[in-house]
Amino acid sequence: MSAVGAFLLRRRGRGWHWTDVVTWIWLISGVILMFGPAIWLVFSSFKTPAALAEFPPSVLPYVTEQAVVPGYDKPLPLYNVTMPDGSTRVLAEVRRIGIMGQMVDPKQLDEIVKVNIKDRTPVREVEFATNNYTEPFQRFDFFLFLRNSVFVTVVATAITLLVNSMAAFALSKYQFPGRTAVMLMILATLMVPLSVIVVPLYSVIGSLNLFDSLWGVILPTVATPTGVFLLRQYMLTIPDELIDAARMDKASEWQIYWRIILPLSAPALAVLAIFSVVWRWNDFLWPLIVLSRKELYTLQVGLNVYAGELNVQWHYILAMTVVSMIPVVLIFVFLQRFITTGIAGSGLK
Amino acid sequence: MAEKTVSSEPAAKAGLQQALLAPVRLAMGIVDIPMRAWQKLTGVNGMAGVFLAPNMLIFSIFVLLPLVINFIYSTTSGGAIFLPNRTYVGAEQYRILFDCRSYLDPSTCAADTFWAAVRNTAVFVVFQVSAMLVAALATALILNRELSNRGFWRAVFFFPVLLSPVVVGLIWKWILQRQGLLNYALSPFGFEPFSWLSDRFWAFFFAVFVSVWAHMGFYALILLAGLQAIPRDLYEAAAMDKASPTRIFRRITLPLLMPNLIVVLVLALIRAVQIFDEVFVLTGGGPGTSTMYITQFIYETGFASSLRNPGLASAASILMGIVLVILTLIQLAASSRNEKKGKRQ
Repeated sequence: MSAVGAFLLRRRGRGWHWTDVVTWIWLISGVILMFGPAIWLVFSSFKTPAALAEFPPSVLPYVTEQAVVPGYDKPLPLYNVTMPDGSTRVLAEVRRIGIMGQMVDPKQLDEIVKVNIKDRTPVREVEFATNNYTEPFQRFDFFLFLRNSVFVTVVATAITLLVNSMAAFALSKYQFPGRTAVMLMILATLMVPLSVIVVPLYSVIGSLNLFDSLWGVILPTVATPTGVFLLRQYMLTIPDELIDAARMDKASEWQIYWRIILPLSAPALAVLAIFSVVWRWNDFLWPLIVLSRKELYTLQVGLNVYAGELNVQWHYILAMTVVSMIPVVLIFVFLQRFITTGIAGSGLK
Repeated sequence: MAEKTVSSEPAAKAGLQQALLAPVRLAMGIVDIPMRAWQKLTGVNGMAGVFLAPNMLIFSIFVLLPLVINFIYSTTSGGAIFLPNRTYVGAEQYRILFDCRSYLDPSTCAADTFWAAVRNTAVFVVFQVSAMLVAALATALILNRELSNRGFWRAVFFFPVLLSPVVVGLIWKWILQRQGLLNYALSPFGFEPFSWLSDRFWAFFFAVFVSVWAHMGFYALILLAGLQAIPRDLYEAAAMDKASPTRIFRRITLPLLMPNLIVVLVLALIRAVQIFDEVFVLTGGGPGTSTMYITQFIYETGFASSLRNPGLASAASILMGIVLVILTLIQLAASSRNEKKGKRQ
């Protein structure tokens, strides 16, 4: 407790206090723990299957160097071999039998040297296995998943912004009977999570014939109470005089909404847009339930299914994971300030 | 010349923007015509309904209707999805859920996986929420110190919040596997490689750890906002009075941070009760059913398993909903009490 208190008391320029040490340990281990796993994922995604299976793992993606040796069809892996007399030579391995490797010198093809595998270490070079990235595009439906995810994210965000801002406008700028009731209902359902209504929602989607349709993924998410609430709170701060002035000028209510309220709510709309993109891009449970045809999978569902099916092919899974992270990381890098102020201000996530 | 290109570039951009916005303008203009007619008919306040309608329609179909159906659903049995095809069985599903010889031992229940999931969730919530609170508070207090580059440090802890649960699950699955980074990092200390996620205790530990890792930044941010709202002069006055750091923390920081702490506590509770995605990807609920939580039970009973029983899943989700409503009411009560307190001061 006293330690925590001391954090708040310390002033700059009084020399080092032990709380500074704790602070820096916390911050530095924070960097390692928070960024480290993602960076490790990115490095790993460039490794060949052989390098991935290696233990201990190396940070950089190494591959064993290979050489084309006349008389052999395939390129042979190169090894540094410690000879019985203590000298080292670079040899290519022809085949391995038990603990003995049959090696050949790429420059002198006349003799086959038998070497204990303990006496050899592979000659290695750094090489990025970019085909981890290119192959999923060709061999799997990865591009399809990507397209589905982009479609769901863009359309759902556009509808969310339009529909929620209209409702927020009505709830902030009009006096009508039942306004409080509507507001209370929205507030009450703020806390109803999807997991409570998944089963009946599934049957609703079914009776609307939206099974196995991206619209079945999009529609249930767009009328988010959080969005209405956030936008309404913001619109309440826009002075009503602006609207009265527009009415004097014979603007229709629709024009007031579109030409005055929406542009003035841009900051709140931007926060909601960022969040909507992140939510929809990351959605997992609901798409998992609604979509059963592979060509409709979103990236997150596809990734999980592949992670189950291709358990041995981590090199593809890691590369696909990295690609699915890219939009979110870009949003994070460029819009971090807006996101954090949005959360701190509204408790929204 | 150079000046000319600089000035013409924004103009070109604006022109492009105009061109892109033109169809939107046109569409909105066309929408305006029926809107005007409606406005003539009903008056200005009649327009409120028009603005509210799309949201309310979607909201009713996809949130309110399922909420109502859920109750009816939980009184039916069978594998059919559509309500008319299902048979009414009354409270049968609830009877199955509560059919236990001893509530302390899930294996004596008819719905043994449900009770295993309930027990797992309860244990998970206790550990995860307390770990979350401690980590988020410590991080917020540290970020509230006079640091240079505070924005960067805030971003460091916030970064995982935006990652998708599937990515979070896969990253850690990759690190915790037998040939993974953790075993490598431990090998200099003489540890043998170990399959962390196939051990009951460690699978639970990492379910808690990974979910805290993924969401801690969010709560730390709320607490940080609360800390920064505490007036500086209170601390200056306390320093003048030579109050001890412990006293300052307990008498100033903690009470003034209490509203934020309660928000964080209840939000963390509500989300911990619903835990699913990360842990599902990380462990798949295993080993055995040791990391299977209620949402996974609902998902598997309702959709995935061969013995599909949506009625049972519905009943379970209603029980979970009741817990969440109670938690929400606690939050409302606590925050209104805080408000009253604030007014008195």
